[in-house]
Amino acid sequence: MNAIIVAVAGMIVFALGYRFYSKFVAEKIFRLDPNYVTPAHRYKDGVDFVPTNKLVLWGHHFTSVAGAAPILGPAIAVYWGWLPALLWVVLGTVFAAGVHDFGTLVLSVRHKGQSVGTLAHRLIGQRAKILFLFIILILVLMVNAVFAWVISNLFIKFPASVLPVFIQIPLAIWIGTAVYKRQKKLLVPSLIALAVMYITAVISSKVGFLQIDLVKYMGGTEGTGLFGLGAVSTAFFIWIVILMVYVYFASTLPVWRLLQPRDFINSHQLVVGLGILYLGLLFANPTITAPMTNATSDVSWFPLLFITIACGAISGFHGLVSSGTSSKQLNKETDARFVGYLGAVGEGILALVSIIAVITFFPNKDAFLATYSSFGAANGSGLTVFVEGASKLATSLYIPADVATTIVSIIVISFAATTLDTSVRLMRYIIAELGMEYNMPKLSKKHVATSIAVLSSAALVLLPEGPNGFGSGGYLLWPLFGTANQLLAGISLLLIAVWLKRLGRNYMVAIIPMIFLLFMTLLAMFKQVVYEWSWFGSSSNWLLFIFGAIIFVFAVWIILTAFSALSSKDNQQISTDLDD
Amino acid sequence: MIDSLKRLINYYEEVISLPHRREIASELRDEEDLFFLLLYSEMIGIPNPAYYYTLELYPYMIEKFHEWHLRMGMEKSPMHGIRCC
Repeated sequence: MNAIIVAVAGMIVFALGYRFYSKFVAEKIFRLDPNYVTPAHRYKDGVDFVPTNKLVLWGHHFTSVAGAAPILGPAIAVYWGWLPALLWVVLGTVFAAGVHDFGTLVLSVRHKGQSVGTLAHRLIGQRAKILFLFIILILVLMVNAVFAWVISNLFIKFPASVLPVFIQIPLAIWIGTAVYKRQKKLLVPSLIALAVMYITAVISSKVGFLQIDLVKYMGGTEGTGLFGLGAVSTAFFIWIVILMVYVYFASTLPVWRLLQPRDFINSHQLVVGLGILYLGLLFANPTITAPMTNATSDVSWFPLLFITIACGAISGFHGLVSSGTSSKQLNKETDARFVGYLGAVGEGILALVSIIAVITFFPNKDAFLATYSSFGAANGSGLTVFVEGASKLATSLYIPADVATTIVSIIVISFAATTLDTSVRLMRYIIAELGMEYNMPKLSKKHVATSIAVLSSAALVLLPEGPNGFGSGGYLLWPLFGTANQLLAGISLLLIAVWLKRLGRNYMVAIIPMIFLLFMTLLAMFKQVVYEWSWFGSSSNWLLFIFGAIIFVFAVWIILTAFSALSSKDNQQISTDLDD
Repeated sequence: MIDSLKRLINYYEEVISLPHRREIASELRDEEDLFFLLLYSEMIGIPNPAYYYTLELYPYMIEKFHEWHLRMGMEKSPMHGIRCC
């Protein structure tokens, strides 16, 4: 089957979803009012609250939410065949993610631009806020561990990407200083930085000694490394330690110094990446070699598919962006449909191309089945296959294969690195907030909170053993990341439902995806925790068992909270929109 | 064609500058808040740390100050705080 047809079909469903479903939700459910005075106007301060053009705001929203996660999830989930993955990405985006992103934006706009965490407190109560904080804490902990593993794995698999990725750091600091201290414009310096990175990528792809290949230095995969460990184990250990040291400094620096300039370069990379992939798809006109459905014997697609795809279909993290920054900048309330819903669609488009890159990469079905031989193998090599598949598409644009592989891996690593940086920063804030909540002011100190965040993430990523030893099993945490992310989305959908119910509107648009998500999450966690990770399970692992069990308890807690919040007759906290 | 390309570039620049503009504005606001606090701290009962540091300058300034007020035609120091003569 031709891959372009699949891409076009996906796009058509996205377009229909935006044209009809989002219109229905905007007009009949949220009843958006073009005359409503948005927080951007009401509290206009030139800093956080600034009315912004909807196209510009959408661009910013999309670049903030798009990252490595929507690429990784679908690249693993094609293990069950491309059709189930494609269907969940497309339908999940249209019916769950779109409503979630759009809904959290409107909810926040109607509540003074407050964030989802604060709204959980206001709409449900103090316990909901604590629950919310703990779920984000688990989520960011998983993000730190998973992305540290992802980057280390890509560094080991594609050693030519190491140098260009590290060159990005001084370049970003240079841009930060140039723009902040000397008031220079952003576009030109960040494009220069991108050019320097890509030139380095071309050179390091061609010149062997510029490729920092730790495994090769230690005598190949069979060689021995430090402390009697194998070469791959040692390489994972070294990269993870380097990343954790980097992220400690990166997340304690002011945002404008490193994180934000990296984001500027990454915005260019997102444009370059999507351009290469979709143009490559158009020129290469590849056929799909992977099977449409794949009957697996180890792990069933139901319900694990829904948490494996994670951000590709719906992501709780978007709610934090929608209600954190975008809601404070929305010019007109009716713009929320464009910014929120199309922001989710943008993420869907990224996930769609990730599926296509993977399913067109293999020469035939047998080659696909050999790589995706088990769920563990799919988790371990999904992203590597994406990088190779994407560079195969890029070769149709006359980009040499080795250069294309390096550039695609740089793009993925850069996204993952910014996610890691942001998430360690977020973890630091949450630890500080929990410290204040539980009367432990020491926890709110910057370096104490960061140390806890970094050390716990490092411990988590190093603990699970993979086929290549120490640290190489970090990908085992992916289902836990997916689950935590879906739970967060579940809470946001619950908040939207509670708000709609109190306004006397039809809240099914939010409650149906919420029930679906929570049901899948609960079932998946139950199956994983009991049949896989427990002491009598097939692949017993106490670490995954503990985390899985905690997440399971949280999911039950959310459902109970949801029931009590939705059946509550207490109307004291009614949000009456305008006079709120 | 060139016009629409320019518009596209401007749009793109605006998108990437959006978070940056906010960050700079909030950093400036923080600095301004600190400056205000330094200026008006005594109004809200916080001793102004500026005096403590200017006290250290006293021995270096006193001779110059003495010469200055003599040149200006004042026999005695016009300020209570500085007692050079």
